[in-house]
Amino acid sequence: MGKPNDTQDYDKLLRSLYRAIIFLSSFIVVLATGLIYYGLMGNPFSQSREATAAAVKREMPVADLPSADERIADGIHLATGLRVAEGFEVVRATCTGCHSGKLIAQNRATRDGWQEMIRWMQRTQGLWELGKNEADILDYLAANYAPVEIGRRANLDVEAIEWYILGE
Amino acid sequence: MKADIHQLYNKDAKEEGRTASPMPRRGFLQKSALAAMSLALGGEMVFAEYFPAGMIPAGLAQSDEPFQLPGKHPELVVLNDRPINAETPAHLLDPELTPADLFFVRNNGIPPEAETINPNTWTLTIDGESARQKRTYTLSELKQRFEQVTLQLTLECGGNGRKEFNPPAKGNQWSVGAVGCAAWTGVRLRDVLQDVGIKSDAVYIGYYGKDTHASGDPGKEPISRGVPVAKAMEPETLIAWSLNGEPLPWLNGYPLRLVVGGWPASCSGKWLERISIRNKVHDGVKMGGQSYRVPCNPVAPGAKVADEDMCIIESMPVKSLITYPKTGAMIRQGQQLPLRGHAWAGDLEVREMHYSIDFGMTWRPCRLEKPTNRHAWQHWQAEAGFPKKGYYEVWARATDSNGAMQPMLLPGWNPKGYLNNACHRIAVKVV
Repeated sequence: MGKPNDTQDYDKLLRSLYRAIIFLSSFIVVLATGLIYYGLMGNPFSQSREATAAAVKREMPVADLPSADERIADGIHLATGLRVAEGFEVVRATCTGCHSGKLIAQNRATRDGWQEMIRWMQRTQGLWELGKNEADILDYLAANYAPVEIGRRANLDVEAIEWYILGE
Repeated sequence: MKADIHQLYNKDAKEEGRTASPMPRRGFLQKSALAAMSLALGGEMVFAEYFPAGMIPAGLAQSDEPFQLPGKHPELVVLNDRPINAETPAHLLDPELTPADLFFVRNNGIPPEAETINPNTWTLTIDGESARQKRTYTLSELKQRFEQVTLQLTLECGGNGRKEFNPPAKGNQWSVGAVGCAAWTGVRLRDVLQDVGIKSDAVYIGYYGKDTHASGDPGKEPISRGVPVAKAMEPETLIAWSLNGEPLPWLNGYPLRLVVGGWPASCSGKWLERISIRNKVHDGVKMGGQSYRVPCNPVAPGAKVADEDMCIIESMPVKSLITYPKTGAMIRQGQQLPLRGHAWAGDLEVREMHYSIDFGMTWRPCRLEKPTNRHAWQHWQAEAGFPKKGYYEVWARATDSNGAMQPMLLPGWNPKGYLNNACHRIAVKVV
């Protein structure tokens, strides 16, 4: 018992197509990742902060995978988890090369607090001088990820609770 | 591309190169399928041989797919995917011992790629100013040369509970689930250090692992912490290769790690390859500055604290969790509510356990079990009755052997948001 020939052929064709697409996409991803790495880091063996900063100034690379999910839901860019608002692109390009956007999105701070985090990353984590982009980045962070006053302890998030009946 | 990957997975396992392995209840991907996946991911898929068939790699998954970590339960809450940090919802911590796939993940860097990990050639080197010699052991030498011990040890991230601090503290915003207690098998760190020889000026041990910095910079280490020699020499401090009778999960340090119960889990180095016996407080990455430190003296919320006024965290504070029922339970009037969970107290033991259904006005005792061994979390149970219909919160409060108990509000604010041991709360409705 086999499938009719044309269905088999169709399956085969489809499978070859998958493979071709996967291979091509991968090639593009690898190429783009390489270019971005080069653009961001320069030659890792002769890396200078000035050169890196210049590279960043010249052209703002997109730091997460360009094949990433570009969909936006409820104002959130799904691939990075970041809120889409003024300054999103520069934040994405500057920050997500070294860490996930989800690390940003789960934190809250004032403009000064965010600046302190940038200084810490510059001091200890190899973040370059951000030049004129810094103000845009801080504006975005302060506007979109500002602290919420919750007192000494917040209420349980009653809205988020999934109520269920507990059997005896 | 993504749709193709999903389809690849949805196709018949055998046809697409997935196969059942000798390991029970799991299918694993064959090399051809793995190569395609790795290509699609734009890089080698780490630990691919343990990547269960039917699971979609996070890098490819659509947002409507649950984000899944290799070897981990799909309901772990992923706080950060680079580096990987994921916590366990409280109700999934209900088993007496935390299963491997539910054990939280707190990674500072990127784990070594699976292909580079060979337990047969893995070595551990002991060196340092206060070591009498530099000595290297293979994993099998460790197993043969020293007494093997299995202990239930609780590991909790120093920042567990950070989410609740106000003003907020930077870092992964852990809720309550960066904690677990498993049965770890290994050898005592003490036995290995003594085999090498410890000079009398020894102060601290510092670990080095094979994980790499999240930025990809090979010149940077993600983390290298440690403990004072006295803690290192405790009989419960282990160099472990096994969790609940199985090899360590890749994300939790496979094939070898330290397990230092009762102290911030960052003391328990993963992918362990070197331990230095130091003649000073270890000065590795995340030992200094503000990392894993709290103000030496209490400060007001939001205060700026100079590095020299920050002290290294040692024992974790007394704490407990309600693991049953899951928050959101609705019961009928007159129905008793069974409650249970675990409690732990760093270097100490939990002496008493209480719960309240009236926001802390009255507290009732729970049955509390003794720990299986030092640093094992202790199980507790109770049955709560409710006087009338309405919204309730069940709060749980542990008291340690020194009489210290969990606060109902947040404990002392600190710049990095460590050591939140405020009592755990669940919501209950009587209808």
